[in-house]
Amino acid sequence: MGVTIDTARQPRRLYRARDHRVVAGVASGLARHLRVSPLAVRAAFVILLGFNGLGLMLYAGFWAVLPYERVTGEPRRRDVSQLVPFIAIGLGLILLQVLVLGRNSSVTGTAGWLVAVVAVGAGIIWHESTPERRRQWTEALPRFPWLGTFLEETDRRLFLFRFIGGGLLVAVGVIGMVAVYVPAENNEAVVNGVLFALLGLLGVGVVAAPVLWRTVSQLRAEREGRIRETERAELAAMVHDQVLHTLALIQRNADDVKAVQRLARGQERSLRNWLYKPTGSPTERFAAALEEAAAEVEDTYAIAVEVVVVGDRENDERVAALVMAAREALVNAARHAGVGTVSLYAEVEPEQLSVFVRDRGAGFDMDAVEDHRHGVRGSILGRMSRHGGHAEIRSEIGDGTEVRLFLPMERDAVTSGRER
Amino acid sequence: MTDNARLRVFLVDDHAMFRAGVRAELGAHVDVVGEASTVAEAVSRIAAATPDVVLLDVHMPDGGGRAVLEAMRKSHPQVRFLALSVSDAAEDVIGLIRAGARGYVTKTISPDELAAAIKRVAEGDAVFSPRLAGFVLDAFAARPDAPVADPELDQLTNREREVLRLLARGYAYKEIAKELFISIKTVETHVSNVLRKLQMSNRYELSRWAADRRLV
Repeated sequence: MGVTIDTARQPRRLYRARDHRVVAGVASGLARHLRVSPLAVRAAFVILLGFNGLGLMLYAGFWAVLPYERVTGEPRRRDVSQLVPFIAIGLGLILLQVLVLGRNSSVTGTAGWLVAVVAVGAGIIWHESTPERRRQWTEALPRFPWLGTFLEETDRRLFLFRFIGGGLLVAVGVIGMVAVYVPAENNEAVVNGVLFALLGLLGVGVVAAPVLWRTVSQLRAEREGRIRETERAELAAMVHDQVLHTLALIQRNADDVKAVQRLARGQERSLRNWLYKPTGSPTERFAAALEEAAAEVEDTYAIAVEVVVVGDRENDERVAALVMAAREALVNAARHAGVGTVSLYAEVEPEQLSVFVRDRGAGFDMDAVEDHRHGVRGSILGRMSRHGGHAEIRSEIGDGTEVRLFLPMERDAVTSGRER
Repeated sequence: MTDNARLRVFLVDDHAMFRAGVRAELGAHVDVVGEASTVAEAVSRIAAATPDVVLLDVHMPDGGGRAVLEAMRKSHPQVRFLALSVSDAAEDVIGLIRAGARGYVTKTISPDELAAAIKRVAEGDAVFSPRLAGFVLDAFAARPDAPVADPELDQLTNREREVLRLLARGYAYKEIAKELFISIKTVETHVSNVLRKLQMSNRYELSRWAADRRLV
């Protein structure tokens, strides 16, 4: 069902224009396709006419192979007048022979055949239009019935095969033309031959370019479609694995507010990361490591951690220690402050990393913390000083707690978040 | 607060359920004078309703909050916009603020906080969440390589930076005032200045930042 495929995809195709036409609509159709002025196209044709009538031949060729612009609603019927271009091609070829080869009648016959070979090759290359058009081609070439069956095929590989075959024919014709002219030892004839061969190649190029372009754009569209499909599948898998399961759990635990909040928060976080955040490895990046620590605390203690990280840098042993200290501060806030939300702010500066963990909870008196409690002293203050940083804890009863962590840095180790 | 002093609020969101929820939750604090679900609807109805504050969704099918802001800003400068979105992606936040929103809050905000934010916006103040403060700090981070077209306009002063840092750390305005030994009014001025700079600062600079940010 080649027709269905053709209409479904709608690439920008080259048609002969029905409106604005002077002779057959070739020039205006081309102009529309190339998005240039029709006048320029017509002028180009006229100028090419000067090169041994190439313009006329090209025009006739386009006329012969281009379908009429499709008009919606109107049934398409065969246009008998489209046989006329073949006569025009023949006339053009004869004219060319007379113009170029008139003086040397001994090679006229051979060269004429070679030109015919080139024309047939170009025709095969250009064969890429609708099946209808192919049928017309077949009917227009009663001398080559085998070509007809060849052209009816819609298979992709055969298209490539035909393309190469056509190219071969063209090449043989062009080489033959040069070969025929060279033994004549006539400089003018050689120049003419080469010139003609070049022009022929140019013409074939003009004819073949849209085909190549279309093939390439079709391939690209296919690849884009595949990528979209993969993304969709990934999203569907993600929604199935996480979102649907979370929603089911929420329905089952509907009366347990804490559990529902924890589930919803965890799901929100993972969806958000999936949608907006690049995948940064917590073992490599400072920001990702902090966010992971915050997520763990959120999940374990059913509180919300508002994470704000300005800048980013590579992770190393000292940075990991800072992250661990920040995690400990978050855990303390979650366990003792008695609030639902804790803020975590981290800033990466050229000279130092700083992390602030703040809650608005109960607060405590530093001096009243007993010596055997190691949470604050060992995990935060001690860890920071072991790695060359320092920590401050500010807490007031009733006004919440802020843990401030600072870690000095060598300048060169810093990268900003944008330069990842 | 008497009834005739209540703030007139307009809701723009393409999810009817969400509008209904916000309307119900805000009913005790403000008057919801209208709703719209598309950009076109929003533009015509806001002009008719002349609310004090518009709660604006960022992502809508036909252009989003930005389109509404750009359509309304010139003709109705007295209407203030507070973005209320489920997205806290940097591009969305900075984009809306630059288009002229006076604040940006996410949909997980509690009703009381939302009411407070609306009040603050209506009074001409800016609403900065810690996250937004973080984005701004990131956007204005000192980059010696980047040429600054108008230093006066594009750079944050040290004081403004300090205020933003404290905001990002989760401090309230009055706590910032206490911390820096300045008045709350001064804090508000600094924050408003930051907002103004964000709206007016070097376009190329910030758009490049946003583009880079997406690539990160």
